Amino acid sequence: MVMNLNTRNAFRLALIAGAAASMAACASKPKPSFPTTPPPAAPAPPPTAPAPPPAPVGQTALPGSEQDFVVNVGDRVYFDFDSYSLRADAEPIIGAQASWLTRYPAVRVRIEGNCDERGTREYNLALGARRANAVRDYLVSHGVSADRISTVSYGKEKPIDAGSGDDADAHNRNSHTTIVGGAR
Amino acid sequence: MRLKSLMLALAATLFASGLAVPAAQAAIEVNVNRGDVQPLPIALPAFGGGQVGADIAGVISANLQRSGLFRPLDPASFVEKDLNAAVQPQFPAWKQINAQALVNGQVTVVNGQLVVDFRLWDVFAEQQLLGLQFTSSPENWRRVAHKISDQIYERLTGEKGYFDTRVVFVAESGGRGTKKKVLAIMDQDGANPSYLTDGSYIVMTPRFSSTSQEITYMALRPEGSSIYLFNLETGRRESLGDFKGMVFAPRFSPDGGRVAFSVERGGNSDIFVMDLKSHTTARLTADPSIDTSPSFSPDGTKIVFNSDRGGNPQLYVMGADGSSPRRISFGEGKYTTPVWSPTGEFIAFTKQVGGEFHIGVMRPDGSDERILTSSYLDEGPTWAPNGRVLMFSRESAGGVSKLWSVDVTGRIQQPVPYPGGGSDPAWSPLLN
Repeated sequence: MVMNLNTRNAFRLALIAGAAASMAACASKPKPSFPTTPPPAAPAPPPTAPAPPPAPVGQTALPGSEQDFVVNVGDRVYFDFDSYSLRADAEPIIGAQASWLTRYPAVRVRIEGNCDERGTREYNLALGARRANAVRDYLVSHGVSADRISTVSYGKEKPIDAGSGDDADAHNRNSHTTIVGGAR
Repeated sequence: MRLKSLMLALAATLFASGLAVPAAQAAIEVNVNRGDVQPLPIALPAFGGGQVGADIAGVISANLQRSGLFRPLDPASFVEKDLNAAVQPQFPAWKQINAQALVNGQVTVVNGQLVVDFRLWDVFAEQQLLGLQFTSSPENWRRVAHKISDQIYERLTGEKGYFDTRVVFVAESGGRGTKKKVLAIMDQDGANPSYLTDGSYIVMTPRFSSTSQEITYMALRPEGSSIYLFNLETGRRESLGDFKGMVFAPRFSPDGGRVAFSVERGGNSDIFVMDLKSHTTARLTADPSIDTSPSFSPDGTKIVFNSDRGGNPQLYVMGADGSSPRRISFGEGKYTTPVWSPTGEFIAFTKQVGGEFHIGVMRPDGSDERILTSSYLDEGPTWAPNGRVLMFSRESAGGVSKLWSVDVTGRIQQPVPYPGGGSDPAWSPLLN
């Protein structure tokens, strides 16, 4: 049912006035005036059984999709301060990235190295490049063809955490593997 | 020439005292009374000729005030009003308010051209020190004011000024993480900003050529980086070329004929230099460390750069051909962004120690290190062409990046009067 604004207002007014019975008519053709006497109070609805919740809808990433990579594999690993060594907690993620990329050989990725704000701009560009290449080298040594991988360093230009302090810095020292093509 | 010798003595004292005076902290308010140095009281009444005369005097006054070497007197205290530029001032009236120097001037418009006469007086010697006339188009009145400021500064300090200069920088807007970074240029006092890129890609580290008409800067896109040469007069832009890997940290040689920069391949960054005529490139470092931020000595024979070959970032000096690199920084902390001063006397740097960032200077052999500033994040100094003042960017925790300046003694520290956010400033040479 399409209503213009005036019609809709009239519709609401009619509702407030309790002219529920003539709702459809009101909507298409509003009454020129309000009822002069209040309508009888609406009877309380009879008690009913509670409505069952809607049936759940499952959602899952399609295998080989970008969502699959991000959710089920992990697209980001983190580094210690001024370091580009792969941490112990990064290796399972990059290992899974290597397996996933081996399973989907059409996928091409760009590895983006990022730094926290506690360094100067040019040095951080170089440090971000080391981080991106540390991940790249791992993937290549685990069977991913080098020509499927490009790297870029954003230095401290693209923080994922806009805050300042140790937590933000820890988030912002990362390498992000982003799919640039070939995903299903 | 009583005043001149006074000022030279003042400058010398100021410089020497800077060695001992710790960096001023949180100095938005310029405290000219620190230590034993008094800036020179100077009277700058509005020039004759209407609003533009008052505006010109105002710009000169602000320039001299910011230098920290002068104290412009409050015009409300002036006893002699309505100075006639053609007649000698009444010196007793200026002695009475203890003005050591007096500047008066007159603006006229002749055939559509702005003609500005000004005179600089030594009040106590009752002597004229300068009498000059500048002619320009009326919309160029600020530049005339800067040129007069440079004349006064040079006459009274014995050193070249730095007011008729521009600064290229990265204008920043928007929140952290969604920052828009645009290449920008403004007068050294923050006026007349104009914007040279549209923010669709990240720009960083613009640098002036010695010609002041050409800049080089880095552009960063997801597909990779480029170093551009950009002619400010013609708008012509060219890339330094395609390199395998990231290119960054460009800087001109003092003659403007070469650009030194870093190339990153496979995670390793080294320093290269390109001859801009022949487009031939030579590799200057070949070390598995980060080698970046090259900056030439003013005679072009040496390059100072940043390397972590010793374990953490430190400063090194090598020949301009890459020969005999030698470490010069040995203090506690990390040293980055070295920049050789135009006089050759100092190397400015960013130092990171104990959770703070500092701008500092040292001699080219690494001696006489002096820390000038301290904050959550100070970085990227650039020298005024006379080597007296440094501009840099300052960011508070969770805040925006702003442009600041500090004099080489660390005594005069203040924000640059540009209203927006900014980073990576680079000072031009004196304009012609």
